[in-house]
Amino acid sequence: MRGLIVRRVLQSVPLLVLISVLVFALLQAVPGGPLAAYLENPNVRPQDIERLRAAMGLDRPLAAQYLSWLWAFVRGDWGYSFADGRPVLDRVLERVPATLELVGASSLLALCIALPVGVTASVHRLFDRISSFGAVAGISLPVFWFGLLLQLVFAITLGWLPSSGRSSFGVSSFADRVAHLVLPVLVLAAVQAAAWSRYLRRAMRETIGRPFMNAARVRGVSEPGVLLRHALPNALGPFITVVLLDAAMMASGAVVTESVFAWPGVGSLFTESLVKRDYPVLMAFLMCGAVAVMVLNLVADIAVRTIDPRTRGAA
Amino acid sequence: MKAGPRGGLLFLAVLVVASLLAPYLAPFAADALDLANRRAAPSLVHWFGTDELGRDVLTRVLVGARVSLAIGVLSALMSAAIGVAVGAVAGYAGRWIDDALMRATDAMLAIPRLPLLMLGAAVLQPGVPMLILLVAVAGWMETARVVRAEVLSLSSLDFVQAARAIGANPIGVIVRHIVPGIIPAATVATTLAIGRGILLESTMSFFGVGVQPPTASWGNMLYQAQTAMTSEPWLAIFPGLFIFATVLACNAVGDAIGSSPTQRQSV
Repeated sequence: MRGLIVRRVLQSVPLLVLISVLVFALLQAVPGGPLAAYLENPNVRPQDIERLRAAMGLDRPLAAQYLSWLWAFVRGDWGYSFADGRPVLDRVLERVPATLELVGASSLLALCIALPVGVTASVHRLFDRISSFGAVAGISLPVFWFGLLLQLVFAITLGWLPSSGRSSFGVSSFADRVAHLVLPVLVLAAVQAAAWSRYLRRAMRETIGRPFMNAARVRGVSEPGVLLRHALPNALGPFITVVLLDAAMMASGAVVTESVFAWPGVGSLFTESLVKRDYPVLMAFLMCGAVAVMVLNLVADIAVRTIDPRTRGAA
Repeated sequence: MKAGPRGGLLFLAVLVVASLLAPYLAPFAADALDLANRRAAPSLVHWFGTDELGRDVLTRVLVGARVSLAIGVLSALMSAAIGVAVGAVAGYAGRWIDDALMRATDAMLAIPRLPLLMLGAAVLQPGVPMLILLVAVAGWMETARVVRAEVLSLSSLDFVQAARAIGANPIGVIVRHIVPGIIPAATVATTLAIGRGILLESTMSFFGVGVQPPTASWGNMLYQAQTAMTSEPWLAIFPGLFIFATVLACNAVGDAIGSSPTQRQSV
């Protein structure tokens, strides 16, 4: 197991270098370059720009700039936000708990839907038809529009739930926090549950045709027992892999959901920074997103090996 | 073919025709202002209502369909071209070329797609053609993976081995023997990419970094609508409904091709 982890971490180094080059290249493509924010400021004279260029090392070759940017990034020095001058790392870290709360709650809800739906769909024809349609509809939903609709119905028209934010001003009760969580969690969970129930159904169908299923039946195991104790554990390995591999999709979903519901997480930090062209924050977001996806891929490998003994021998 | 995909194809066909014939079908001109009838609720005259400048929403949905569909279809075709090229070369060449191409594919897949696109669009401030290119460049990875897997399994078959053994030109082998075999898988991936492209465009436009007004696209109609959700919900409901229905139709058709018997044989 330790060998696997070390090997996978080493494999991800070239990947991360590739991604960092891409992200750095994007920063260079900004019209006016990294100092664009100062170029339009009438209080900044041309000689000041030159001084800044020299002071910030922007007159050095691109390769040298890239290396020092990368080294600073690795050490946790992510620069300062254009918007408020605070360290980027602080701005990102303070938003992480809200995002974890939202994504955690929606993933939990999505699992509670996807597990029974995926298993039932794999054995019941009519239910499969209906749930398959529901799942295709779920992955086709424009997330931002679904969010707006829920706000329109449940917050504006019915007035049952707050339309945005993480808590009411000056209120710090648990019920208030949960009420704010309901709509964004529904939006995010709908997309996740749709995708996940499809994965689980497919994984179950591939397992159900296997000989050991009949062997279990022949030994007198009841049909639900065959399904839950023999098919499901075998289908869970591939299921968990695709769920975790889909982490990048979840990041995109979180960006949209958080922005529509003004949820103060990392995702809405991204769209806020986009409006303000706050490039240091945007770069940090992309790098963190890529690292998170890779870590989750590694977790997927480890989880599958723990659940499924057959994969332990393989490289 | 089941009812779902058939309905999907029918919907897409009607939508394409209606958007092409929009100037003749639509009851109003796309940019006709009617300041006396601003923010009118849906009625027999304005089926989908009017927006804050008195423009007919139905007309704008039909005209916007051109932009949204063009971005979806053209970006999917470009993604397919890139994906098939990368996947076929990686699968056929093997060794370090395969490794390098697949690592690049993994790297692209590891970056959250939508934020990357939004940042790219914020930096480049693209027009519609550039937007198509951006969406295409962000969406070829799935096709490349599927095609590579298909090429690997095809390459081990006897007729490909035979062509190689008699010394056929590798590019000739790819074009004549491998490409026909990967068409079904590539078609499924492309159909799904159309829906994804439309979703990506509408989301980018919704956040103001996609198609810029006054050009109408479904996404930027919603961008303009979100401030008026309380008073004029129809501005948001109808364009969104069309995004949803179109993406649903693409996905239903893609699924149906993917699970049809002819497709299954070639896997």
